[in-house]
Amino acid sequence: MDEPGSLSFAHGARKVAPFSIAVLGFGMSFGVLARPTMGPIAPIVMSATTFAGSAQFAAASILGAGGTLAAAVVAAVLLNARYAPIGLSVAPSLSGPWWSRFLRAQLVVDETWALSADGRGGHDPKIIVGAGVVLYAAWVAGTALGVLFGDLIGDPARLGLDAAFPALFLALLMPNLVRSRSRVAAILGAAIALALTPIAPAGVPIVAAGLACLIGWRRR
Amino acid sequence: MSDAWWTVVLVGSATIAIKGAGPLLMGGKPLPPRIGRVIGLLAPALLAALVAISTFGGERALVLDERALGVAGAAVAIALKAPPLVVVVVAAMVTALARAL
Repeated sequence: MDEPGSLSFAHGARKVAPFSIAVLGFGMSFGVLARPTMGPIAPIVMSATTFAGSAQFAAASILGAGGTLAAAVVAAVLLNARYAPIGLSVAPSLSGPWWSRFLRAQLVVDETWALSADGRGGHDPKIIVGAGVVLYAAWVAGTALGVLFGDLIGDPARLGLDAAFPALFLALLMPNLVRSRSRVAAILGAAIALALTPIAPAGVPIVAAGLACLIGWRRR
Repeated sequence: MSDAWWTVVLVGSATIAIKGAGPLLMGGKPLPPRIGRVIGLLAPALLAALVAISTFGGERALVLDERALGVAGAAVAIALKAPPLVVVVVAAMVTALARAL
């Protein structure tokens, strides 16, 4: 069963431990922030099925700001579009029956993708599963705690939790700014979003900002 | 069905399909370089837009309020390599404190 050179599931679980504590808090803030707009059950179901933090925050914040369903869904799907090439990059490392490859692919998120990289362009499938299961449990449990906790703490704005959205997006953004072209895309995306905010419905500026990635079309 | 539940169903099924497509089809071939470059820039562009909008966005307006202070505090925490949980707590505490003053 052991693939040569493959590390254990427990190793993946240990590697992801510091992240899972943060993800538990991240999930709690998602539960707290999504509940007023989405109700108590939908945020938990979303965390259990979508399992992609930034997209869930984007969808919930667009709905919370009075944006349309289409804007929320398009923005979330655009945010998750990176999982198409990420999925392709992991594909050669995931063997076995189709359903097993499909299920394990659901555990691939930014953190498990980064942690499972072997430095030679491959990914350890046991790290993906070991780290992924721990992170998934933390994300769903955190969301449930946030939904319950939300009742006790009342209005998130009073506690400054509305600033958690931009803070978390900033934390997710920083590792994406290593290359100079990424920084240009980030500045362009922010500029498009801010320029359109006063004139377009909520959500549309975010979707339009996604077009900034087209600067990658030019060779260099 | 409410917009919230439509969002759960549509985003959930789209994400599951997006994540599963590569490993399911097992093409194993790398993306054409040009497409790879475009997709690789989607995350910084969208995340930067989300930072900007959730910091300065109001109802069809740009506003400067206590959130900006909270995000500035978060930026300092990120620069000091604080874990995400600490970053969130700093952002929330700075914002709440500024509102209370």
